[in-house]
Amino acid sequence: MNYLEKLIQGAAGLARGMGVTFGEMLQKPSTVQYPEEKPRVAERFRGRHILQRHDNGLERCIGCALCAAACPAQAIYVEAAENTPDARYSPGERYAKVYEINMIRCIFCGFCEEACPVEAVVLTHQYELSGYDRKSFIYTKEMLLVPGSNLPLNDSALTEGPQYRSNTPTFERHTT
Amino acid sequence: MSEDILLIVIKVAVLIVILLTVVAYTVYVERRIMARMQSRIGPNRVGPFGLLQPLADILKLIFKEDLTPAGADKVTYFLAPALAAITGLAAFAVIPFGNTIDLFGIKVNLFIADINVGLLYLFAMSSLAVYGIVLAGWSSNNKYSLLGGVRSSAQMISYELPLGLALVSVVLAAGSLSLGDIVKAQANLWFIVQQPLSFVIYFICAIAETNRAPFDLPEAETELIAGYHTEYSSLKWALFFLAEYMAVITVSATAVTIFFGGWQGPFLPGWLWFVIKLSGFIFFFTWMRATLPRLRFDQLMRLGWKVLLPLAALNLVVIAGLVAAMGG
Repeated sequence: MNYLEKLIQGAAGLARGMGVTFGEMLQKPSTVQYPEEKPRVAERFRGRHILQRHDNGLERCIGCALCAAACPAQAIYVEAAENTPDARYSPGERYAKVYEINMIRCIFCGFCEEACPVEAVVLTHQYELSGYDRKSFIYTKEMLLVPGSNLPLNDSALTEGPQYRSNTPTFERHTT
Repeated sequence: MSEDILLIVIKVAVLIVILLTVVAYTVYVERRIMARMQSRIGPNRVGPFGLLQPLADILKLIFKEDLTPAGADKVTYFLAPALAAITGLAAFAVIPFGNTIDLFGIKVNLFIADINVGLLYLFAMSSLAVYGIVLAGWSSNNKYSLLGGVRSSAQMISYELPLGLALVSVVLAAGSLSLGDIVKAQANLWFIVQQPLSFVIYFICAIAETNRAPFDLPEAETELIAGYHTEYSSLKWALFFLAEYMAVITVSATAVTIFFGGWQGPFLPGWLWFVIKLSGFIFFFTWMRATLPRLRFDQLMRLGWKVLLPLAALNLVVIAGLVAAMGG
């Protein structure tokens, strides 16, 4: 009878397994049909960088290059220049004349975001970053800066805009 | 007489076209069903619902490079896939897939040939199909292919015996080897009801014969790369693929014919009943492939020799006794 018992147990095991797959067949597939359907990324997902602006259109970036210093992949290159009263790009003394991120080097660790004292560089949810040649992966300042008013402004912008070195964390994340 | 021959030629041509299409779409359906069982969607890009996927696959295979390994036995290497595919298709010749129908005033029997040793012929064809696999494994001059071929022959030897014994008990009950007669003998009671054990033994052995999961040892990817067809590419590979699915269809059709009353059923026309029952079996094959893990080689041998063979022999003795007692 031991033999028969084992046989029945084995058959029951098979049937249970078949039941699992049959049940699974009736469920909705978990596939996301990518180009048509986009997966939702987590809120803290780190994708493409942007350079933020103040409400009055001035750049947040003050050209301090702390992001470049923090970058473990050495993907960021910053070249700063002085603001003048007539040509004002940022509320601080200086602004980033050149700001480039090499997206092939970038490891999306988000250290630049952490290092930035003025919340200028921010990582968005955008993850579709493919390109056809290596050169196109050097993202320039024009590409990174969120769209806004044409710079430079003059010093009057300082009085209507936020305070010098404002570090208000209440920005809207741009997702483009 | 010449009209009869013409009719047969037409039937053969139509049947081959239908069978090749069915094979192509069996692959598609299997991929879709298995995908759903694995929480995927499966091929859905080529044409509506991916329905043109088989066409795309065939086109791709035709345009692939046809390689022959340097050390291969050229003639055998060339013949092996043909042997596998031809026996697969030829086996279908004796299966009655419908009642006689009236087509443009001509009575057409829905089978190619109802020979009086139909079952034996079917059996012979499925045994011959193994030669395709064994010869492919041997002629490829590749150790993985050879191992796959050897496994296939060992599997064939250990599973044909219980398969044959299970079918003999049906033959005893039906009193004929002709598949047409076996179908007619089930008009009142299907043999699955009368001899469930014969069916279970037959079906397990049939899966082993077709080299399908969970008995797909000859092409076990994890150990043997692709087993007997490791070295094959292009249309030769496609022929092995065709042979495998053809074997699934033939084995299913045989099971329908021998145990599930063939084309018989109420209300619907005979061929439709046959298609419905056949689809059920093909679904079951897919379902098993998506569920059951592959057996180890020694487990396979133990199951064949120590479980199925004695069980089949016992079953045969009991059925023979019952048939004799009822004066059959």
